[in-house]
Amino acid sequence: MTEVNPQKVSAPEADEQARVEAAAVAPSGSGGGGLRLGRMGEARHLGLVIALALLAVVGLITTPDTFATTSNMVSLLALAATIGVITVGMTFVIIGGGIDLSVGAIMALASVWATTLATQAYGPVVMAVCAILVGTGAGLLNGFLISYGRMVPFIATLAMLVAARGLAQRMSERKTQLVSQDNGALIELSTTRVLGLPLLVYIFAVVVAVGWLILNRTTFGRRTYAVGGNPEAARLAGIDVRRHTMLLYGLSGLCCGIAAVIIMARTTTGSSTHGDLYELDAIAAVIIGGTLLTGGRGTIIGSILGLLIFTVITNLFILNGLNTSDQLIAKGLIIVVAVLLQRRSLQTAT
Amino acid sequence: MEDISREQSDNPSLLQMRGIVKQFPGVRALDGVDLDVRAGEVHCLLGQNGAGKSTLIKVLAGAHQPDSGEVLLNGEAVRLANPTAAMRQGIATIYQELDLVDGLSVAENIFLGHEQAVWGFTKRGEMFAATRKLLARLGHGEIRPQTEVGRLSPAGKQVVSMARALSHEARLIVMDEPSAALAHDEVSNLFRIIRELTSQGVAVVYISHRLEEIREIGDRVTVLKDGRTVAVGLPARTTPTATVVSLMTGRNVEYVFPPRPTGEFGEEVLRVENLTVPGVVSGVSFTVRAGEIVGLAGLVGSGRSEIMEAVYGARRASGKVTLNGKPVKLGNTANSVRIGMGLAPEERKAQGLLLDQSVARNITLATLGRYSRFGWLNRKQESAEADRLVKALDIRPPDPTRPIKTLSGGNQQKAVIGRWLVEGRRLLLLDEPTRGVDVGARAELYALVRRQADEGVAVLLVSSEVPEVLGLADRVLVVRDGRVVHEAPATELDEHHVLDLVMDATPSHG
Repeated sequence: MTEVNPQKVSAPEADEQARVEAAAVAPSGSGGGGLRLGRMGEARHLGLVIALALLAVVGLITTPDTFATTSNMVSLLALAATIGVITVGMTFVIIGGGIDLSVGAIMALASVWATTLATQAYGPVVMAVCAILVGTGAGLLNGFLISYGRMVPFIATLAMLVAARGLAQRMSERKTQLVSQDNGALIELSTTRVLGLPLLVYIFAVVVAVGWLILNRTTFGRRTYAVGGNPEAARLAGIDVRRHTMLLYGLSGLCCGIAAVIIMARTTTGSSTHGDLYELDAIAAVIIGGTLLTGGRGTIIGSILGLLIFTVITNLFILNGLNTSDQLIAKGLIIVVAVLLQRRSLQTAT
Repeated sequence: MEDISREQSDNPSLLQMRGIVKQFPGVRALDGVDLDVRAGEVHCLLGQNGAGKSTLIKVLAGAHQPDSGEVLLNGEAVRLANPTAAMRQGIATIYQELDLVDGLSVAENIFLGHEQAVWGFTKRGEMFAATRKLLARLGHGEIRPQTEVGRLSPAGKQVVSMARALSHEARLIVMDEPSAALAHDEVSNLFRIIRELTSQGVAVVYISHRLEEIREIGDRVTVLKDGRTVAVGLPARTTPTATVVSLMTGRNVEYVFPPRPTGEFGEEVLRVENLTVPGVVSGVSFTVRAGEIVGLAGLVGSGRSEIMEAVYGARRASGKVTLNGKPVKLGNTANSVRIGMGLAPEERKAQGLLLDQSVARNITLATLGRYSRFGWLNRKQESAEADRLVKALDIRPPDPTRPIKTLSGGNQQKAVIGRWLVEGRRLLLLDEPTRGVDVGARAELYALVRRQADEGVAVLLVSSEVPEVLGLADRVLVVRDGRVVHEAPATELDEHHVLDLVMDATPSHG
């Protein structure tokens, strides 16, 4: 009945095998995926550093008197600090496979809540704590809707964007709320300088450092990559994916609360108009920084470099007295170019 | 080659495939396959998992190019360079996972890619009329062309797929396990449609595991085994089951299985009582003891994987599961892992791996808590553990920092299983552990699994390959239609007996 073929091999899923083998031929590259930093990751950051250096050269050539001054650099960093803190939270959310459109609105709500007369009566520390709690609470609510309400992140956070801004308008009656004289300590975050830099730049630095440590040195960070890269595999490996997702949005909200403290210090106000379109700048910075919008891959350093590129461009346009509309066009082009370059480097790497 | 009844017929061949060979890196999926299909017949393709059926129909559909061999249509050699070319030749393939767009209407799906349009505006009226005609031809005039496909039943979707095939004026329709997703009465309806088609001269290549169905609808049978045709043109109705089964099973590859332990097994680790997954598994009970490997044998769709996933908490279920005498909270994988279970899932890439990440990170994923304090990773310890496991499992190349997607299937699987090889693991659940793994690596995986058992871990194994279950497991549960229909020590069963139990005794419908 049967015949004998000596070198016969049964071949289930042979095409899968083929793909694996094809992949094995190509050089390896893991964007922040390996235990040690992948070669790819470094190369990508190098590209961003070069882009940033080029922009600096442009600044030195076009406005040699103003660009390289200390005061310009300080204002540049102060500008980057607000969105920078938000970008750190956004990086976590996007690596975890989600998106948060509500960051600007949450920051505005937190700033308004912290500057109401009732809150201001308790002093600057309570104001800061209030902003952070409001931000974290709104973020956790996002996370709850997404994890346990099974809403698509885009929709849940879009709803939060609209609702949080509405609530901020309601609370402030659409008026700009000033930080009172008694709470001047809050404003000192912006005016007090240590080694030439305002305190809020140090807050930004601390948030980046802590964010980097959490992402790279803790189980939470490791699980964030897993949840974003393959949620089913993460779940089957015993990770509580829902709880983790909820915490990611909570973390993003926490960053918005910190950003609210910074913007209150910088502008001495709380307002429902703060942070308009910050979500777009933050997402753009994360994308330029090489984090995949599909999740599972990305770095904090990349996001911060992406943000600095954006900030320097804004700065250059202002220093050169150019049109802000042209500035937007330039930013749009940069997003496209950055993503195209990344696609190319990804293709050659995988 | 066995050629039992190539009786001469007035009916000439519509399709002939001769000596088709398809080589994948490391695996020869097709090693000289012949197929001969006549117009107006239902030609059944039989073979075990991995016999090459899927690869063969992908060649027919133009999705794979054969390395050698020829394909003739009506006696003329043709090249099926891509799916469009195959379609233009009148070959339509209906895959198991129907490739319909749920959000589009029936008519839009049928004419997807060849819409009738003027200046980009679709001619809806004409398409609706043509759709009505096609559906009426299939005896399903009641399906409205405007209906959204997502609202149809699986059977309805299948009818739409067939209408799409007909809209391309298909002369040959390949159906890959069309009855798998259908309820019993829907299967008889499917058969009615197939008879309708063949009476109009369309040939059907029908793939199914259910011999009962093949007897009912088939005209002739071709049997594949290990990438080769072992019999062509057997009469579908009269060939004895025993003949068919032994054609399918006569194995060329001798798997190397590790020896079974001689002593008694340890205490009971897993106890499952009356486990029920609505619609899939009904009232299954069994136990697994420390050091014992229990195999679940059954067809795809029999409920074997669902049993495993329910035990692990990855699927909603009712019933009682206890691990080491303590009740398990069902439906929570995080809890299952904490109390000592580990699963190597069926779809290694989709469910098991973080493809972008390193081997080390894939190995330590489930046990991060062991290398951390208050959430802070001890990376030295983690990396040392990964190094140790890579060496112990003999993962090649032995570089823990390499992205796991660059490894072969066998080495990837070692990493997935290796994830659970830590102290305190009580129960290993292995779903198709050797799928897509070459013969050499299989032997290593078998040895690895047995070693775990010998160290006192209880193992529950699912495999589509009966010899694997029989060779590796100590005790075998045969699963059919969501129930355990037979239980015996592996040494008291043989492949024929198990195949009889999982296949032929099944009343497929009616």
